[in-house]
Amino acid sequence: MIEISHITRKFEHFTAVDDLSFTVAEGEVLGFLGPNGAGKSTTMKIITGFLAPSSGRISIDGHDIAEDPMAAKALIGYLPEGAPSYPDMSVINFLEFIADIRGLSGAQKQQRIEKVIHDVELSSVCHQTIETLSKGFKRRVGLAQAILHDPKVLILDEPTDGLDPNQKHQVRNLIRNLAKDKIVIVSTHILEEVSAVCTRAIIINKGRIVADAAPAELEAAAPADFIIESQASPGKLEAFFRSVTTAGAQ
Amino acid sequence: MGKTGIIFKRELYAYFSTPLAYVFIVIFLVMNGIFTFDLGGFFIRGQADLQPFFSFHPWLYLFMIPALAMGLWADERKSGTIELLMTLPIRLRDAVLGKFLAAWVLSGIALLLTFPIWITVNYLGSPDNGVILAAYIGSWLMAGGFLAIGSCMSALTRNAVIAFILTVAICFVFVSSGSPIVLNAFSGWAPQILLDAIATLSFLTHFDAINKGVLDIRDLLFFAAVIAAWLLASAIVIEIKKAN
Repeated sequence: MIEISHITRKFEHFTAVDDLSFTVAEGEVLGFLGPNGAGKSTTMKIITGFLAPSSGRISIDGHDIAEDPMAAKALIGYLPEGAPSYPDMSVINFLEFIADIRGLSGAQKQQRIEKVIHDVELSSVCHQTIETLSKGFKRRVGLAQAILHDPKVLILDEPTDGLDPNQKHQVRNLIRNLAKDKIVIVSTHILEEVSAVCTRAIIINKGRIVADAAPAELEAAAPADFIIESQASPGKLEAFFRSVTTAGAQ
Repeated sequence: MGKTGIIFKRELYAYFSTPLAYVFIVIFLVMNGIFTFDLGGFFIRGQADLQPFFSFHPWLYLFMIPALAMGLWADERKSGTIELLMTLPIRLRDAVLGKFLAAWVLSGIALLLTFPIWITVNYLGSPDNGVILAAYIGSWLMAGGFLAIGSCMSALTRNAVIAFILTVAICFVFVSSGSPIVLNAFSGWAPQILLDAIATLSFLTHFDAINKGVLDIRDLLFFAAVIAAWLLASAIVIEIKKAN
């Protein structure tokens, strides 16, 4: 259980996060939505302990991130915005480094590394240095690093940004499969993704929560005059895209 | 292996997986050769010691060490990996120490690879090897002082070139604080006690003492204190500035 109570983060000239409170329980996949600059990334940085809030508290499974950061951080797998990783390292070396930091060793370390390489399909680029990889592969390396220690809490800042529709589909499946007894928070501005993987969606604007419900409820609540008529369904377009680009591949 | 060790291993590996480590070592050795044999007049002096070799180290380090230190934190900030690093279950001190130690060990490796000069002087005469060992230790400690300053300057900015320039400037003040260049700026208006305090901060004074073979615990403590103080400052700066 993640409990976020009354967090506020002020920067010099503006308030990025304004008195935000919510809780996320095991098994929930929370979609974190909002326009650019709404405070999504700032909130995720605060939850993961990278940024300290100006006020408010965050508790990860009972561990306060400010008072017991080591225990709280050990529970979290985090994909930061832009999926940063060390460009000079090979994929396998990078994952081994993360495994060491996460306290994995011996057979367990090997088994976890092999599993995530399989899960996010990195085996073809295992020994390449990260700087030589395409954007999609870099994103998947970031994802692999986040799920390496099988974390209880997974926080993903735009996990599918830069991926092609096939890879997006794969990552969404991965998130759905991971989610059973975990807490997942995914930020995105791709709305179809929310219907595809999330059990709950929070929309924030100017640092405040403006909606918090299941995606289907939000869809049902859309005012009629905002629904653009004869809009092509992006979901169907994507299904078609996948059907013609993955035929025979799987 | 502790968390500091894991960070240390990664950083050292990163130095050697890019040309940086090799370029640093080669340039360090070439410059040492030029300084010792050409400018230092190693042969002309006709003395079996390594004074000309060591006495150029403060000036060599003034430009080489900032190059080694400039990326320590600036690159992490620029590429965003600082966010990854700081959300892993490690303490800030593990990261600060691990990174510093990796750079310090690299400078130590470069220093050890100057051993042909030591062989040369032993072949040509019979120097006091105790003095030479003391000077090696002093030189490495001084490199640590420069590196700790560089670590802090690198934490101040996301631009490695700015970090380089800042480090050179601060290191220059520390190297020369015992010399008239710095002291003249204070004499006349500052009390003598302040002048003395500034003069004792000089890397040159402390290094020269060790270089002469006087391994005084106070000189060793001076460099240890410089390293500790600047690493602490690094940690504080990182904590304050990491999110900018």
